[in-house]
Amino acid sequence: MNLSLRDVYQNLGKFLLTCVGVSLLLGVVMGMIAIYRGLVDEALGLARAMKADVWVVEGGTRGPFAEASRMPGDTREGISSLWGVESAGSVLFQNIEIAHRGTTRRLMLIGWEPGRPGGPPTLSEGRPITRSHYEAIADRRAGFAIGEQVIMGRNTFAIVGLVENLVASGGDPVIFTTLRDAQRLQFELEPSAARREQARNAAAAQNTDSINAVLVRLKSNMSPQVFAQDVQRWKRLSAMSQTQQEDVLATSVIERARKQIGLFTSILLIVSMVIIGLIIYTMTIDKKRPIATLKLIGAPDSVIVKLILQQALAMGMIGFITGAILLRLGQDYFPRRLVFETSDAVALFGIVIVICLAGSVIGVRAALKIDPASALSN
Amino acid sequence: MQTQDALVEIRGLGKHFGEGSTRVNALADFDLDVHAGEVVGLLGPSGSGKSTLLNLVGCILEPTAGVMRLDGQDIWNGEWKRKDLRRLRLEKIGFIFQSHNLLPFLNAWENIAIVRTLLGDPPAAAQRRAHELLDYLKMAHRRDAMPAQLSGGEAQRVAIARALANDSRIILADEPTAALDSERALAVIELLRTAALERQAAVLVVTHDDKIFDRLDKKVHLRDGRLDPNA
Repeated sequence: MNLSLRDVYQNLGKFLLTCVGVSLLLGVVMGMIAIYRGLVDEALGLARAMKADVWVVEGGTRGPFAEASRMPGDTREGISSLWGVESAGSVLFQNIEIAHRGTTRRLMLIGWEPGRPGGPPTLSEGRPITRSHYEAIADRRAGFAIGEQVIMGRNTFAIVGLVENLVASGGDPVIFTTLRDAQRLQFELEPSAARREQARNAAAAQNTDSINAVLVRLKSNMSPQVFAQDVQRWKRLSAMSQTQQEDVLATSVIERARKQIGLFTSILLIVSMVIIGLIIYTMTIDKKRPIATLKLIGAPDSVIVKLILQQALAMGMIGFITGAILLRLGQDYFPRRLVFETSDAVALFGIVIVICLAGSVIGVRAALKIDPASALSN
Repeated sequence: MQTQDALVEIRGLGKHFGEGSTRVNALADFDLDVHAGEVVGLLGPSGSGKSTLLNLVGCILEPTAGVMRLDGQDIWNGEWKRKDLRRLRLEKIGFIFQSHNLLPFLNAWENIAIVRTLLGDPPAAAQRRAHELLDYLKMAHRRDAMPAQLSGGEAQRVAIARALANDSRIILADEPTAALDSERALAVIELLRTAALERQAAVLVVTHDDKIFDRLDKKVHLRDGRLDPNA
């Protein structure tokens, strides 16, 4: 005869309502963890999708994901001629906003040289860019369809291909164009402004061949670290291996978010513990007379502790499972990518169990203090 | 019909609360024997020490003086002779309360079976024993009812069945008929008398209910924590 189960049946509505509250709380905790994992996945996903061994960037900088890095467009030719290079490609990164179907879309524009490193990974739909101008490949979350015409800057681009889950660290979907188109988008001015700039400094106004990084793929016998050290000898350039680039992303872009989300998650877990503790305490006080009766008829403390702990654990487990289901159901409607890994689920489940046990302490203490003689008083 | 076996033997039992100027003697120098098959009523005004005596015999309160033997075993003689008082209550004493105190989340038979379960009976045996007791108390038709669905008299019968479930020979009842009308009150006290005789149990009843006075084998009047010499 399971007393806690029978007590739950007796107060099923109240218990389930409490579980719903706990599940919403734990759902938010899971959401925070999933946001962080999604953030890491997205931030590193873009860098990884480029499939570079070495990132060559402006000297003294840590690359386009951390800070501004601007280099002349011909840098790639110099890098390509180095020993150990299999292929190299120039890339340009730029945040843009475009009007689309009555709303404003914020995108991460990446210009690259088709056939060279830096382009989109496997397409989920459509075809690669085949023309040198006015074609684009976008992440599906940008909301574009194949064949759709999109105005960027002063030109209209045709969406020819779609990729999946490729967004910037800020969550903006990525759109790829040729390097030349991206450079024009970045530097091309309105006609009147262009005329004014040309009048001020004609040479500077015409120089739009600027890039943010050169992505290098090395031959199999070349070490990325050794190659990066070689490039560093050119004072105007810095070089990082893919691992270093991911570390830069992790520390400069993700670290702050990790701390913020970690702090909120910790606070939510503490709040969950306090709430579960208070609920368990209230449920225990509600059962004061039955507990006193149990003690009076001779039930050992273990029976009473089990009655409270089983309910606390049931509440935590139901809350956890329902929270996970809610997260799964709401995942597709959430504006950011949510990634809830099995290892996170297992770790959080363990934490929830510990929280339930810790939260039960006050209730168990209260129960053990109940005087059996109070069953006799009316 | 009663035997000469004293299941409850109390000599010089005392209990005081507080010390010095705040000391209150709840019970002092109290002697009592309750024999097998006997229903003894503890009578007296509020504050006379009836409940204190019941709590002392129920091993809920610790005496401050005297000697107490239950079912032939030394229980108190300046100190508890058994460390596990809760187990002692489970094995030797049955309690009946004024407001029945059935566990609200268990049905009638489960409220009885839980005692057997605590004693270590397998679930099927505990259930069988609970059904037997409900049959004995003519409550078989209500065995699946929850306490909230039982009338006062029915709930008190289930409580009596629970008190008998551990086959204890000492039954302590605190105002068992106070919440019942005359007919049901008499039925309950008759049940207790029957149980005392058939099971050779000693029943100690705290009561103010004059309807049942003439059904008691012995009446013990208390006043200010002592036997009332004028009663």
